[in-house]
Amino acid sequence: MALNAVHRNIPESIDGYGDTSGRLFEGAFARQPEGRKHGAKLRSVLPGGQQKQLKGIKEAIAASGLKSGMTISFHHHLRNGDYVVNMVLDACAEMGIRDLTLFPTALFGVHKALITHIGSGVISRILGSVNGPIGVLVSEGGMVAPVVLRSHGGRPRAVMAGDVRIDVAFIAAPTADSGGNISGRFGKSACGSIGYAFTDAEYADCVVAITDNLQPYPISNVSIPGIFIDFIVQIDSIGDPAGIVSGTTRVTRDPLRLMIAKYASRLIESSPYFSDGFGFQTGAGGIPLAVTAHIKEGMKRRGIKASFGLGGITGYFVDLLKEGFVEKLLDVQSFDLDAVKSIASDARHIEISADWYANPWNLGSAVNALDAVILGATEVDRDFNVNVNTEADGALLHGIGGHQDTAAGASLTIIAQPLLRGRIPCVVDRVHTVTTPGEVVDALVTEFGVTINPRRQDLIDAFKEARYGDTVPFVPMDELVVRAKRMSGPMSPIRTTDRIVGVVEWRDGTVIDVIRQIERRLQS
Amino acid sequence: MRRTMLYLPGNNPNMLMRGYLFRPDGLILDLEDSVTASEKDAARILVREVLANREFGECEVTVRINGVDTELWRDDISSVVPAGAAGIRVPKVDTPRTVLDIDEELSEVESRSGIPQGSTKIFCLLESALGVWNAYDIATSSKRVAAIIPGGEDLAADLRANRSADGVELEWVRRMMIVAARAAGVDALDTVYPRITDDDGLRREAEFTKKLGFDGKSVIHPGQIQIIHEVYTPTEREVESAKRIVAAAREAASRGRGAVTVDGRMVDLPVVRRAEFTLTRAGIAFGEPEETPDGERRG
Repeated sequence: MALNAVHRNIPESIDGYGDTSGRLFEGAFARQPEGRKHGAKLRSVLPGGQQKQLKGIKEAIAASGLKSGMTISFHHHLRNGDYVVNMVLDACAEMGIRDLTLFPTALFGVHKALITHIGSGVISRILGSVNGPIGVLVSEGGMVAPVVLRSHGGRPRAVMAGDVRIDVAFIAAPTADSGGNISGRFGKSACGSIGYAFTDAEYADCVVAITDNLQPYPISNVSIPGIFIDFIVQIDSIGDPAGIVSGTTRVTRDPLRLMIAKYASRLIESSPYFSDGFGFQTGAGGIPLAVTAHIKEGMKRRGIKASFGLGGITGYFVDLLKEGFVEKLLDVQSFDLDAVKSIASDARHIEISADWYANPWNLGSAVNALDAVILGATEVDRDFNVNVNTEADGALLHGIGGHQDTAAGASLTIIAQPLLRGRIPCVVDRVHTVTTPGEVVDALVTEFGVTINPRRQDLIDAFKEARYGDTVPFVPMDELVVRAKRMSGPMSPIRTTDRIVGVVEWRDGTVIDVIRQIERRLQS
Repeated sequence: MRRTMLYLPGNNPNMLMRGYLFRPDGLILDLEDSVTASEKDAARILVREVLANREFGECEVTVRINGVDTELWRDDISSVVPAGAAGIRVPKVDTPRTVLDIDEELSEVESRSGIPQGSTKIFCLLESALGVWNAYDIATSSKRVAAIIPGGEDLAADLRANRSADGVELEWVRRMMIVAARAAGVDALDTVYPRITDDDGLRREAEFTKKLGFDGKSVIHPGQIQIIHEVYTPTEREVESAKRIVAAAREAASRGRGAVTVDGRMVDLPVVRRAEFTLTRAGIAFGEPEETPDGERRG
């Protein structure tokens, strides 16, 4: 065992993960890249040569050379409407392929069907976020190898650095042509940006695009060009549109969350970063959307504009673009119908890859240009360390998303969260799992007010300078912890075994924390 | 100030503990309509515990007890008054008799618990035609009475009317309430506006009741507080005029004179009190030195 820089005990070797020596988290920017990128196999297509289109998923699996023990990857742009992951794994099972490593950008509730394939040994390892039923399964020790959690930026970094080699990438493509050019913008299963799939297409040894909208060569508005695509399969439907995009995203009417949003917005407005041309990310949750609404009012009052909005894009951001409050949108994931329509029609709405969005080891990660980001958390501790992965009972239920990356990149990182969810406190002495270290978290905003990390005295000064008085209270962290304890009453400690079921990597590939198996809950 | 008094369901710990964060002027921890019969005991215990924490910011904290027609109201009072409730909101007050019964019970509980006699206020909900008719007698039946409040749904039903968007069925009741409250020297507080998503309707109703002379309004959703405060907060013109009146009156007093003239109008004591009240509502402490219009600083 050795302690890393956030005081977590990490074993020197983790079964199913490997040696951790030299890979302990040392600080947000401590580990820098060395050596060369690890690329895909060289391949070619001769003039007039190979037909890329194959009849079905099984033919594509066979043609890809996929064998037991290999690694396959998927993107999650079809979210809870996705059919592709389940179809590919069903086909693998029928073809007798086993012991696969699954490398998804994220899994959703719709993928609970994979539990059968985990039980039967078709899937032996998951490198990626797990939630819902699979999260519970993993947390209770239902998988042999630990899951490895990486951020949106940490994942492409791991591929380029050779930490993960993708044998076959299966890419759900809302539109494709016979040459293999694909786009997320059009088709009955349109999802907008397919930014999470870019790195997989470029670095996998074989790439299979699965589409339900095959068009003549060439399509316009290509997301990923055919130069990376080996095979195309046309099927009836790659997903359920109702689960792919939500109709409209609405600002919350929950008065508590609206109050938190107002406080967060006032904090941003008091900071030195709120000036003409600033860049920000707020995300799609209830509080972040409401913050966006308040920031718009703030921009009006101050007579300024934002140069860009980043991340998962909603109709709300699209409205800001149309109304001229934001100059550009950098979109790695389009959350709703308005965002999908906008990215298909407005040149100022730009599709970006996860690499461009958030990879710490490239030369222009968009998160580095962020002035402010609003994020959520399941827990924050006295040191401002944030947990977004495990729930109050210690179960692994959420991926990292872009949390680490945006927190590290933004000049002002704000966690906006009610102090309690039900009677579960969100502010604690020590988080159960460290996802993002306090050294990149600047402030916490709850219904009790604004709490600023003491290492950001400049922000504290700027906030006090704004003289909001009682209208936006300032609450020291110690007071918040005491208050949370008083309101929630004593919490039973989480009971875990020594077995490690999850490894949380910091975006640079070091181990920031491990997740231990929880004791199986009593069956009711 | 009682511009807004926010109802919080007595069986919801999250709301009970956090309602004050929305900064209403007062809170009403509710043991009556928002709590089902099977949860009455649990809610009473919960409300008692929350009261004992005494974390309500600047809010005046009251409890709506169950009516005197139930067997619950004495237990309600003996639980919440020792725990720190500043007042009791009593439903269905039809006659002064109800107030007298409550007064008596409060006196007993206060003396048992070492609370100064008479310190617990009574807020009377007049939810029937009879209650409204008796408004003045009810308001004057005990020194504890702090306010009278017309009912909403129950009262409309008793009047054999339906609640409408423009509230015409309660219009006369509201005017009556003002006359009775002013005659008795208590506050007149309006009933809730039930359409919680209709911000414009709420604003219209609050503007109307403010014009009638109401001191404030009961609130069932935190989102309504800001709107009502905006309506009840005096306009800049009202504030400026009130500042001039208060300043002139003080100057006159310091020179040993009674009546003065401001803006060509005779100002006597009631006008000065009204001006001071306007400044209180505007959140301006008139005891502090103020900038006068001509820039001169005065105490």
